[in-house]
Amino acid sequence: MSIDKDTVKHISKLAKISLDEKKVDSLSKDLTSIMRFIENLNKLNTDKIEPLTSIINASLKSRKDEVVDGKIRDEILKNSPEKNEEFFVVPKVIE
Amino acid sequence: MSIISKLSLTEIINGIKNKKFSSEEITKEFIENSKKSKKLNAYITECFDEAIKSAKDFDKKKDYKGLLSGVPIAVKDLFCTKNIKTTAGSKILHNFVPTYESTVTNNLWSQGAFLLGKLNCDEFAMGSSNETSFFGNVINPFGEKLVPGGSSGGSASALAAGLTPATIGTDTGGSIRQPASFTGTVGLKPTYGRCSRWGIVAFASSLDQAGPMTNNVEDCALVLQAMSGYDPKDSTSADKKVDNYISNLTEKVKGLKIGIPKEYRVENMPNEIDNLWKKGIDYLKDAGAIIKNISLPHTMYALSTYYIVAPAEASSNLARYDGVKYGHRAKGKNLIEMYENTRSEGFGDEVKRRILIGTYVLSSGYYDAYYLKAQKVRQMIKNDFDKSFNDVDAILTPSTPSSAFKIGDKSKDPVSMYLNDIFTVPVNLSGLPAISVPAGYDKNKLPLGLQIIGKPFDEQTILNLSLAIEKRANFKKNLEVWWN
Amino acid sequence: MSKEKFDYFINGKKNKWEVIIGLEVHAQVLSKSKLFSSSSTKFGADPNTQVSLVDSAFPGMLPVINEFCVEQSVKTGLGLKAKINLNSIFDRKNYFYADLPQGYQISQYKSPIVGEGEVILDMPYGTKKIGIERLHLEQDAGKSIHDMDPDNSFVDLNRSGVALMEIVSKPDLRSPDEVNSYVKKLRSIMRYLGTCDGNMQEGSLRADVNVSVRKIGDKKFGTRCEIKNVNSIKFMQMGIEYEAKRQVELLEAGEKINQETRLYDTRKNATRSMRTKEDAHDYRYFPDPDLQPLKLDKSLIDKLKKELPELPDQKKERFIKEHNLSPYEANILVSEKEISEYYEKVIKESDKKLATNWIIVELFSVLNKKNLSISESPVSEKNLSSLIKMISSGKISGKIAKAVFEKMQEGDRDPNQIVEKEGLTQQSDPKELEKIILDVLSKNQDKATQYKSGKVKLFGYFVGEVMKASKGKANPKLVNDILKTKLK
Repeated sequence: MSIDKDTVKHISKLAKISLDEKKVDSLSKDLTSIMRFIENLNKLNTDKIEPLTSIINASLKSRKDEVVDGKIRDEILKNSPEKNEEFFVVPKVIE
Repeated sequence: MSIISKLSLTEIINGIKNKKFSSEEITKEFIENSKKSKKLNAYITECFDEAIKSAKDFDKKKDYKGLLSGVPIAVKDLFCTKNIKTTAGSKILHNFVPTYESTVTNNLWSQGAFLLGKLNCDEFAMGSSNETSFFGNVINPFGEKLVPGGSSGGSASALAAGLTPATIGTDTGGSIRQPASFTGTVGLKPTYGRCSRWGIVAFASSLDQAGPMTNNVEDCALVLQAMSGYDPKDSTSADKKVDNYISNLTEKVKGLKIGIPKEYRVENMPNEIDNLWKKGIDYLKDAGAIIKNISLPHTMYALSTYYIVAPAEASSNLARYDGVKYGHRAKGKNLIEMYENTRSEGFGDEVKRRILIGTYVLSSGYYDAYYLKAQKVRQMIKNDFDKSFNDVDAILTPSTPSSAFKIGDKSKDPVSMYLNDIFTVPVNLSGLPAISVPAGYDKNKLPLGLQIIGKPFDEQTILNLSLAIEKRANFKKNLEVWWN
Repeated sequence: MSKEKFDYFINGKKNKWEVIIGLEVHAQVLSKSKLFSSSSTKFGADPNTQVSLVDSAFPGMLPVINEFCVEQSVKTGLGLKAKINLNSIFDRKNYFYADLPQGYQISQYKSPIVGEGEVILDMPYGTKKIGIERLHLEQDAGKSIHDMDPDNSFVDLNRSGVALMEIVSKPDLRSPDEVNSYVKKLRSIMRYLGTCDGNMQEGSLRADVNVSVRKIGDKKFGTRCEIKNVNSIKFMQMGIEYEAKRQVELLEAGEKINQETRLYDTRKNATRSMRTKEDAHDYRYFPDPDLQPLKLDKSLIDKLKKELPELPDQKKERFIKEHNLSPYEANILVSEKEISEYYEKVIKESDKKLATNWIIVELFSVLNKKNLSISESPVSEKNLSSLIKMISSGKISGKIAKAVFEKMQEGDRDPNQIVEKEGLTQQSDPKELEKIILDVLSKNQDKATQYKSGKVKLFGYFVGEVMKASKGKANPKLVNDILKTKLK
């Protein structure tokens, strides 16, 4: 399976990573070689196998419905590259 | 200057307890060593002033109750440390200062240790040579031109060079065991769920595990004891009691059945690796273990499986790095542009490759053929191990297909880099515990390790077996200091 | 009341079309803390004060599920008579947006917690079953505020991570009225169960509306469009009307419908295409590796079943039987749990028929005018009962009661006190009434004579005068009887 340049561009849009033409080129080569490497899985018949759903064979642990978190706005905003006293600030989405 | 060069972690702790030396003295020595060793580029963040202060405080209080009382420890920069910069080796987190402490490092500090610094690693733990870090390559103390392995390369290098008495790393496909093998140190990946993942920068959620990296097996048991335990903040954490690895540590392994999987004898396997493996078998025979040939038929599919599942999970785990809440933010005319530029500028090439592969194998039309298929093969690989463990108590294999290679040798071809993980990856896929113990040298006098894989939550057995090998292999580091 | 016929169709230029509607309702789970983190879910808090490290997706953070949210969705499933899946899986739905800090939403894709169920609607043309496809649990997103700054948006993550139940209906709805009924019924069921407060102004209930059209007689479904995120029933109805007409116009002109997502523009009363959404939103669903599969114990389901309160449909049947109500009356009285409780408290102490009428007509008129819910009623159950008791006993007339009722609303006053204070007790003493009547008749002898010679309309005049003289307190029936005898 080869990953052509259009595919690279499409995936990079999904993954929100901008790429210049040179990068698209080299990634197309790299990703194609990785996919070729991965392809040996096709040789295996897995019709009767259930996919692995959980490494730990335990049921989902839950917690009680209590409010013991939050009210830490300063901490939450502290690391943000752009913020004001109350909000994260981001460039507008174009509608 | 020479107190610590010969002492293990256990000996240092005892020495502090028995007042042979103070925590401050020890800490100053490790700091000295670290300051002189910039050539290795093992550190991303030094916490030397804070460490001295902690050492002085310790010497005043003299609280010896903890397992790691009075000891400075540097940790892989993947563990979030409160108020200390945590970068994951990436530009996108180059200025991130967590306001919280990871559960595992908190466990260490609760046992009396304190932070010496944050160690370099492959970016977001993606790599096998520590050549993908935004903060530059790490050098192997065994040779100026050699890689230390990865992704916990900074940890392995610092440990081997005596910059820290012990350290912890993370292992997703071999990132503790492979660098341990390359640097002549001991590295253990616990059973999935044995240690908490809370506060560790996530790479691949179903594969990541934190683990100890030490100079000998006894130290490894000690650090493992201190790190492990159930954490209700981590839904994948195992609610299982932690054994007393230290007090149950013994080289008495008579009668234990050791499996030798034929599929690990790969094509073009270097003679040295094969010979080392044979030596390991002899050591264990000598210790009274019973050797059995076993088959893990789906071994050859493990790397492909791993390089589908791990990137898939990573592509999703790394979606949160968008410049909004923390880390690097690039300029952009609008939100989408800001995202795209931030992530383009912030992520290195290997991370980009893996995110894109991961996105691809999850995408519409490909999910069944790749991701779902990989999870099925994963189940088959796990079944292989489960079946074998009906007949044997542990499995012995080489840790790596070679000794430390040269910087730049494999960095141009991603796939050749991936082949490094061939012996270690099946273990992560199956959630099993495994240890790498240094067992010999290759013809270039570079260290080689042997891997012991155990049953789920049977870290004790693999520790004991590796102790038996350690005693017989008599591995000496024999490092000449060139990096000072 | 004769049954009407269903008659909502779009009359195109060439054909008659029916409208096919399916709803995906997002109902916020009533719980104290969020689905996978322990911050508060309270409405209206200061921005970013109900946000934890997990909610804002800091490195190394992990989800831990709220067991109460699981129970709430099981209860809702039981209320929808649906199949509860003992095994379900949480999946990641991957996409990028400012209000989605993780870059993915934890949801359920192939294995939801609740399967097929149904909701029964009472329409003027009969009862109708609306099929439920499934219900699943998922995280809500935060909020982006676009109008506080010309160049930037502000992000508030308070709502990020709050538990939502997504209830997906089968495409069984056929008109805006049915949609109105359906949403109200869903809301009522959840409020009865206490699993969602259904407060649409606060955003606890919103819906994505799927609309398609087809010619009468056609069996195949047409291409549908989705109107996203509508937070009022009125807008849902208006959006459906506009969208159905738009599609009919396009189809009759020979064009195709593009399957797309649209937004309802409240100012223009129109739907428009969402240009920012990528043509194919590839969410790359996969099971969340931070969470084990959810396994429910049958004993939990049984326990929750036992603890279920009486639901609207059951209560309606019981009301019709026990309280001799018409289906119409019963429907109104069970539409909200609080109304049914109010009603049952009132009829414990006072006459059923009067109570029914007073609540449905008089009380509701006040509540509607002042835009109050029954829990905010200016008149309590106790005092309304007292009022009705006074009517039953003849202490006051129905007319006086209405005046008393008005005064009661000022601070939920006790009607007995009002009647005492203002001396409004009905005059029912025949002797006293006779005095007043004879007095009126003597003052109006000419009119009395005219009446006796055939001007029967004057009877009302005499009644009016007696009422005036008695300040409205005369017992109307007795006045009637006595007047009649005196005018013979």
